Amino acid sequence: MHRQLWLASVVALSAVTPAVSETAPAAVAYEEGAVAQSLSGQPGDPESGAKIMTTNALGNCVACHQIAAMPDVPFQGDIAPPLDGVADRYDEAHLRGIVANAKMTFDGTFMPAFYKTTGFVRPGNAYTGKAPEGELAPILTAQQIEDVVAYLLTLKE
Amino acid sequence: MMHRKFTSRLAATALGIALSGAAFAEPVEDTLTIETDDGEITLVTQAPAPAHLEGALKTIYSGWHFREDDTRGMQKDDFDNPGMVFVDRGMDSWNAAQGANGESCAGCHQGPESMAGLRAVMPRVDAKTGSLMIMEDYINGCVTERMGLEAWGVTSNKMKDMLALISMQSRGEVVNVAVDGPAAPFYEKGKEIYYTRYGQLEMSCANCHEDNYGNFIRADHLSQGQVSGFPVYRLKDAGLVSAQQRFVGCVRDTRAETFKAGSDEFKALELYVASRGNGLSVEGVGVRH
Ligand code: HEC
Ligand code: HEC
Ligand code: HEC
Repeated sequence: MHRQLWLASVVALSAVTPAVSETAPAAVAYEEGAVAQSLSGQPGDPESGAKIMTTNALGNCVACHQIAAMPDVPFQGDIAPPLDGVADRYDEAHLRGIVANAKMTFDGTFMPAFYKTTGFVRPGNAYTGKAPEGELAPILTAQQIEDVVAYLLTLKE
Repeated sequence: MMHRKFTSRLAATALGIALSGAAFAEPVEDTLTIETDDGEITLVTQAPAPAHLEGALKTIYSGWHFREDDTRGMQKDDFDNPGMVFVDRGMDSWNAAQGANGESCAGCHQGPESMAGLRAVMPRVDAKTGSLMIMEDYINGCVTERMGLEAWGVTSNKMKDMLALISMQSRGEVVNVAVDGPAAPFYEKGKEIYYTRYGQLEMSCANCHEDNYGNFIRADHLSQGQVSGFPVYRLKDAGLVSAQQRFVGCVRDTRAETFKAGSDEFKALELYVASRGNGLSVEGVGVRH
């Protein structure tokens, strides 16, 4: 209820200052790997989340994870645990934390941190192989993280 | 290691995608016996890991074991190996009087057989100069100092044709790259690069090619990232790819700023990666997906 009120005020504000409630990558507070509040201040859209998860240059989660609920996505990788039923294993806050920076939950994990902009060795300008121009953007935006989390929350067994 | 679920295979079938590669996860059991003009030759594509890899790998495998049936098949007959065209081109270049004063490789080195055995010990530290040399450095040394020409581009077609020709002279010989003595500092440098997690994806060579070989990353069946097959003919690029080029591609895929082909970093990395294949045969020109 508290959250709904808060969201309502965000919606009211957003016409004037759209990004005011967005949490920057460096400001995300992880509590044992979990992140309680929406990074964008908005709810996520699961349909968009599914798209992000299967798009190479975005999440490309299926490069490593299998998702039985996406039977028409070919060539799902088998490097990481399948994501089926993941919403039974983690709550929303923890899923958000894993997607934003899985290293806060799984020490040294192979899974990339999707909402992080510092601490890299020779980061590049996306997949060009060149040095970045200006400041690094996270791989996914705050809203894209929320969209992915919204989709993950549908994965109940 | 995990196995692919039936569901994803089924999905791919529905889209009519050829599936020969998706049905296995481990290196394929197969023997690389090649039909050549001079009869059959069987290569070592699987061997106990060299001592310096203790604790990291038990068995080393050529990347050939991780490719699909038809790709592996192409390497079993020189007639079907698309890389052989480039070996022929390398031969033409070898014989051509292309130096500033009409010098040719053949004029000084006689036939390319004079290079037999070299590929199996490369990269190495040159005994006279103490410099770390990849094959490209030797070739360019002759091109510039002994033929009076501009250096060939490290990844140019001319260079790769010559790599293919010289590599073929050692086909079947067992890789034996020195890791100690003067090579030791380069080995250490290459090893450090191998285990560094580069780029915004924070991935090291080892994350993919040591921890996850045999697994699928999306459609790609991960090998150990050995260079014993190089230069390889890559079907996707319809051309030759050198080890230096492959390194650029793999680092770029981690959303990193890559090192350049022929850089000190990638030369040290090539020495280290080649030494991880000590015990495998030089393949001449491999065929990959
Ligand atoms: C490069 C491979 C890779 C990619 C890409 C990847 N992950 Fe992961 N993920 C892993 C690994 C490996 C683990 C297991 C954690 C560990 O022990 O290291 C994991 C764990 C997880 C978990 C916890 C699963 C469980 O059951 O414990 C979730 C949720 C998850 N990933 C979601 C995602 C999402 C969503 C994406 C895309 C935005 C993604 N992953 C992309 C490798 C990857
Ligand atoms: C994100 C995973 C990933 C990382 C990290 C990675 N590679 Fe690769 N590499 C691949 C894929 C996929 C292929 C093509 C399939 C295969 O042979 O594994 C490949 C192929 C190769 C090959 C060709 C093997 C053959 O026989 O054709 C070599 C050599 C190689 N990688 C070396 C490296 C080196 C050295 C590094 C570190 C600088 C590295 N890779 C980092 C994914 C990766
Ligand atoms: C004018 C004579 C000359 C020409 C022309 C020449 N080379 Fe050389 N090359 C040499 C000499 C001399 C060496 C050094 C041999 C040594 O140090 O033992 C050498 C060394 C090499 C080596 C290293 C061999 C080893 O075993 O260490 C390679 C590879 C090589 N040349 C390739 C070529 C190629 C390819 C061409 C043509 C593009 C070429 N050379 C043209 C004279 C020549």
